Amino acid sequence: MEVREVITVEKSRSNGNSAGAVVVSTDRAESNGAKVNVKDAGKVLTGAEILIRSLEAEGVEFVFGHPGGAVIGIYDAMAQLNPTFEHVLVRHEQGGTHAAEGYAKATGKVGTVLVTSGPGATNCVTGIADANMDSIPIVVFTGQVPTHLIGNDAFQECDTIGVTRSITKHSFLVRDVRDLAQTVRNAYFLARSGRPGPVVVDLPKDVIAAKTTFNYPAEPQMRGYEFPKAGDPRLVEEAAAMISNSSRPLLYVGGGAISSGASEYVTRIARSNGIPVTTTLHGLGAFPEDDPLSVGMLGMHGTWYANQAVQNADLLIAVGARFDDRVTGKLDAWAPHARIVHIDIDPACISKNVPCDCPILGDVSAVLAQLEPQIRKADTSAWLEQIASWKEECPLSYESDDKLRPQFILQKLRARTGGDAVVVTDVGQNQMWAAQFFSYNQPRSHITSGGLGTMGFSFPASMGAAFANRKTGRPVISINGDGGFLMNCQELGVAAAHKLPIKVVIMNNGYLGMVRQWQELFHQERYSHTDLRPSNPDFVQLAEAYGCVGLRATTPEEVDAVLDKAWAINDRPVVMEFRTVTEEMVFPMVPAGARTDDMITERFKPEDCA
Amino acid sequence: MMSDSTAPTLTPQQLFRKKAAGEPIVPDEQEKPNRHIVSVKLENSVGALNRVLNLFSARGFNLESVTVGMSDEPSVSRLTLVTTGNDRIIGQVMRQLTNLVDTLEVDDLTGEPYVERELALVTVGYTVETRPEIMDTIEIFRGKVVNITEDTVTIELTGPNAKVNAFIGLIRKHGIVEVARSGRVAMRRALPYEQPDE
Repeated sequence: MEVREVITVEKSRSNGNSAGAVVVSTDRAESNGAKVNVKDAGKVLTGAEILIRSLEAEGVEFVFGHPGGAVIGIYDAMAQLNPTFEHVLVRHEQGGTHAAEGYAKATGKVGTVLVTSGPGATNCVTGIADANMDSIPIVVFTGQVPTHLIGNDAFQECDTIGVTRSITKHSFLVRDVRDLAQTVRNAYFLARSGRPGPVVVDLPKDVIAAKTTFNYPAEPQMRGYEFPKAGDPRLVEEAAAMISNSSRPLLYVGGGAISSGASEYVTRIARSNGIPVTTTLHGLGAFPEDDPLSVGMLGMHGTWYANQAVQNADLLIAVGARFDDRVTGKLDAWAPHARIVHIDIDPACISKNVPCDCPILGDVSAVLAQLEPQIRKADTSAWLEQIASWKEECPLSYESDDKLRPQFILQKLRARTGGDAVVVTDVGQNQMWAAQFFSYNQPRSHITSGGLGTMGFSFPASMGAAFANRKTGRPVISINGDGGFLMNCQELGVAAAHKLPIKVVIMNNGYLGMVRQWQELFHQERYSHTDLRPSNPDFVQLAEAYGCVGLRATTPEEVDAVLDKAWAINDRPVVMEFRTVTEEMVFPMVPAGARTDDMITERFKPEDCA
Repeated sequence: MMSDSTAPTLTPQQLFRKKAAGEPIVPDEQEKPNRHIVSVKLENSVGALNRVLNLFSARGFNLESVTVGMSDEPSVSRLTLVTTGNDRIIGQVMRQLTNLVDTLEVDDLTGEPYVERELALVTVGYTVETRPEIMDTIEIFRGKVVNITEDTVTIELTGPNAKVNAFIGLIRKHGIVEVARSGRVAMRRALPYEQPDE
């Protein structure tokens, strides 16, 4: 096994020593929206006014926020300045962060959150951690007690920077109003550039009130911040040679391909060279799943044939993917025959879990553009035939009888939309079924909480996606289980108030389904505290209470009628409760920590999985 | 492509594959902890040091020594870290360290030519009989007496980590009252010393 001691980690010495700021700028850096003229430049403004003008200058379209004591000044300024962005009053700060994530995932722009100090900030923690795990660009502005009270256990004080340190890409505490505009510029640049991620800006109350002359800086200034752009030509050449000489190659495409806008490159490279494509959960949509070259998702609940392809490939071309444990299972035995080309923007991801033979650091789109013309088509026909026969051998399937099964609902939704929709899923069984049975053909058509696995993500995130698609009219479907939906259902009222036509699907099996599945498979059917039936509400009434439409189906026959009604309503969210089979499980499955070869493809006998 | 003269530590997966292929495993390839000395230049700003240290504690690495001080530029702090851990994982922590916005330069000095110094203050007891021997030892190690009482003497000593260890080891028998060590500061040698060709 050949190994290269990877990557020279050098924040180049010369840069480190030079006093001047290293100014980096890419196309993506300016892509947050229409160019907006900076208003009030050169005037003396308060910190609150500067913040609002700066957000306008960044092209912010929506701010998801919740007021409170520490940020009351910002809300007051908002009432007076009539900003170009729209403020959405969410009903819980966590919902706000997820909405910002949904907006960011649907558009590729930076999501914005504004909350107060203390509890406002801590309520955002889950959303920030989620964005960090899934590399979603959001900027969270948190209020803070006045600078002279910081550290005094003041009312609603929390060391926000300390609490969020390990779950942000970076965070700023603004101690001087003169630094505010530059900090906002830096924060947005950081969030969207390189490997995107969440940035927290903590704003003490006295800084918001203080005044200074406003000028919005043209460039970010962070001399310690660099990220790779194009790939090392030598390595690109080497990768091209590896691909050209491979008879069993496999493209393994992750979320990085979507955030870098590389799906066209992926599609072209795959098609013109006959390379099959598997995607991760976040890569869904980067390559059209109805293409014969697609083998669908890989990993724990990926398709059997995708995992077979991984285990038999002689070359894996990882594109913006990070070899997560839900993808690899038992590392030792993963992809045993494959050499690995890894294209990624984050040096820390290279050879983190799986040793890599050809690491190319760079923006995925830029690297693929370099790579594409250098690949010579190899003969992969035998490999493609093999994959086609695996597809026939063990396709995704489920029992079809007179019971209402979640997979059936997803296929119905797919048929109704023709795939032209933004599907936002929650976490658990619903998420896996939505990944398996709604086939995705376009990038940014699938949004989910992958890394952190945050239940309660789907609905608020779908709200963010619906705001983003208000002009396009693209339908937004929120897929939920009964457990996760209740964790952020308070946002129903917000979506109703803004007349967002979100189609909310609740697949109600009365249980925390995924936990129940593990309890059934690995814990001798001891269903400890996963029965939600005693505490579940009437979801139809719940929807109506929030001013949404509530519908229910309990048999397969009723599904079409419910969807017909739901698709006829366009001025408010429709909540569709589907009473699904409790015992249904997600298959195929690689048990956690098991070898990918030992995939369970259907209900199995316990003695088979010792 | 194993270009390095020293074999890198292999991952569990690589070891598994080598074993499966029946290839012999060089002792160096096994997972084993090594001491690393890392020099970091970082923004002299609130929270920057915290971010750096966080990366180590989050991975469960103990830092044997951390020194921070100003560099030639007031806005840049210079940090020297000493830690022990698996080379491969430390390598990843180095990359994460480089990723931090606050770090300007990260340099793993392990295996490179570098100079290091540590300062120690040692207070040790003495009697009329032991005093000459203690003074001799101080002389040999080029230490300095910075304080003296009727029965104790406080010595200032600088040098590489090993020299300070040796001094403390030698002086121990006289009864150490207190030791304060600064931790190491280190930098690359500007011109690595080379053995002239014969």
